[in-house]
Amino acid sequence: MRAVTTGGTTPRGGGQGITTLATPAAGAPAPARPPRAGRRKQTAMSWRVRLRRDKALILMTLPAILLLAVFGYTPMLGLVMAFQNYDLYDGFTHSPWVGLANFQQLLGDPAFWHAFWNTLGIFSVQLVLFFPVPIAFAILLDSLLSGRLRSLIQSVVTLPHFFSWVLVVTIFQQMVGGAGLIPAFLRQHGVNNPFDIMTTPGTFKLLVASQMIWKEAGWGTIIYLAALAAISPSLYEAAAVDGAGRWRRMRHITLPGLRGITILLLILNLGYALTFGFEQILIQRQAVGPGAAEVLTTFSYYYGIVQGNFSYGAAAGLFLGVVSLVLILAANKVAHLFGEDGLYRR
Amino acid sequence: MTATAQKRSAAPAGPVPRRRHGAGRPVWQERPTPLGQTVKGGALLVILALVVVPLYSVVLTSFSTQGSINLAGGLVLVPHGLTLSAFKLIIGGGVVTRALVISLVITAVGTAFSMMITILAAYGLSRAHSFGHRTMLIIMLITMFFNGGIIPLFLVVSALGGYDQYWALIAPSAVSVFNIIVMRSFFSNVAVDMIESARIDGASDWRILRSVVLPVSKAVTAVIALFYAVGYWNSWFNILLFMPADSQKWPLQMVMYNYVTEGMTMAGSGSNIVGQNLGHQQIAPLSLQMAVVVLTLVPVLIAYPFVQKHFTKGVLLGAIKG
Repeated sequence: MRAVTTGGTTPRGGGQGITTLATPAAGAPAPARPPRAGRRKQTAMSWRVRLRRDKALILMTLPAILLLAVFGYTPMLGLVMAFQNYDLYDGFTHSPWVGLANFQQLLGDPAFWHAFWNTLGIFSVQLVLFFPVPIAFAILLDSLLSGRLRSLIQSVVTLPHFFSWVLVVTIFQQMVGGAGLIPAFLRQHGVNNPFDIMTTPGTFKLLVASQMIWKEAGWGTIIYLAALAAISPSLYEAAAVDGAGRWRRMRHITLPGLRGITILLLILNLGYALTFGFEQILIQRQAVGPGAAEVLTTFSYYYGIVQGNFSYGAAAGLFLGVVSLVLILAANKVAHLFGEDGLYRR
Repeated sequence: MTATAQKRSAAPAGPVPRRRHGAGRPVWQERPTPLGQTVKGGALLVILALVVVPLYSVVLTSFSTQGSINLAGGLVLVPHGLTLSAFKLIIGGGVVTRALVISLVITAVGTAFSMMITILAAYGLSRAHSFGHRTMLIIMLITMFFNGGIIPLFLVVSALGGYDQYWALIAPSAVSVFNIIVMRSFFSNVAVDMIESARIDGASDWRILRSVVLPVSKAVTAVIALFYAVGYWNSWFNILLFMPADSQKWPLQMVMYNYVTEGMTMAGSGSNIVGQNLGHQQIAPLSLQMAVVVLTLVPVLIAYPFVQKHFTKGVLLGAIKG
């Protein structure tokens, strides 16, 4: 029995022979395993045969599916509680239905709208301040002639990506917080009441963005560096020979070379506008207060879990999930319009 | 809706071709100007300092005596009196020691569990035209786009008896569909000839996965194991959600949060914090707190160099994840 490698080529024997081989009735000593071949033959093969042939593969995938069913899909079904007045003792089945009451309350709740606009505010500041940093940094790194220096710097700045948010916030506290290194230095040099950025609501957006830059900017350069490495050096050489200086080369070769990936990442970022930074913000919510730090995700957590108003929190969560889904799908649509792949292809 | 492997398009697969091999300036490039060199060097120094100085200072403070901390008025930048007493105290038993062990065990068990499930699922979905692989893939992908959110998950885990149980810190986040897809796209690219010839020799899919596919996928396996391990080691919200009350059971991140992060704001605002019973270490001196911080850093620092060499090979796929 010859194995067929990939689809397209017609194997000797054809679909008929393979099916016969696979049935026990044929009694062939050869392993009863028809090859997974092209689509055309597949349809000729009954699904039972294919199921038997691939049962090992299905068995392998099953644990993951099972976990997703329990911890992914069951909570999705649990979202019906957003339309109930959920009670811990009554559970999903016996809690009274309240229709859209939770959503009516939600949309009339100033705290919810505050969280909504605050989410967008923090996100925009973060986007404007953070997004260009990895690009600039990648261009800077790429211009280094010494490969060893480049990889040294890269491994140092990538490291914070692997730190937890608790750790990053702690380090920021120790550096710029009220009792931290920089205020202590300022105090020693005559500044009486240094500014504590960790607990000042007004600067929280900047704080979030700078923490993001410290933690993720180095990691973010990896993908831009790959895009830069993909630009053919002969382009630079030809431009240089034609008299283009280094700024013109950057303007006309480097930046256009990064255009595609930049657009893609920007769009994908927009898709997560409502859900980003949950842990980071939750950790600091107490220090700066909910006025500055309440975002939709923390709103849902606080009302749902901390205050025990499960249905109300779940309604906020459902709103968040649906809007995020729309955002992600729309972002992908836009990515497709730009000729990029996005999270999935068409 | 085809599964993505989107980074495949975004970045060239395999090792990044380096344009210039550190062999110096190509002939066509102009001589660097002194000003430009200074600016560039200065920028790089500042960037390096922004990462290195805080870490250095935290580590140094954890080894510093009370006297040198008082002298510095906070974190220490210049080594003065060095001591191991902070580490002796927190490693010698008590809350932090227990939390460290708990974190290590959760990370080890969780990573092993996640890797097993991820490798199996990635291989199960990677063979072209196998029965039902499309359906199963879509079932997985949907969870990337929509989920029930925190509250239903909390109720489901609680209903399964997971409240205050360690498995609740592992099972709900054990599968990352993203990692499965990254790995699957690697497995799909393992030479079909090799797999088919193994099959002709009578190897089962289990055998093929173990003896053909896994040995050639070491880089991606290492990188994804690192992702999982870092995820378990760093996870904090899971603990807050499923294990908020019993401080005896807390892993290291939660201990650090209450003891270091919240401890600091408490000094300023005087607000009460959750579960403050930290045994003999009621109010920690700075070096004790920084020693806890260093403990959470160490495993990451140990694992990092080993996996880092695979980054260029394997991590480009995951770069978007961050």
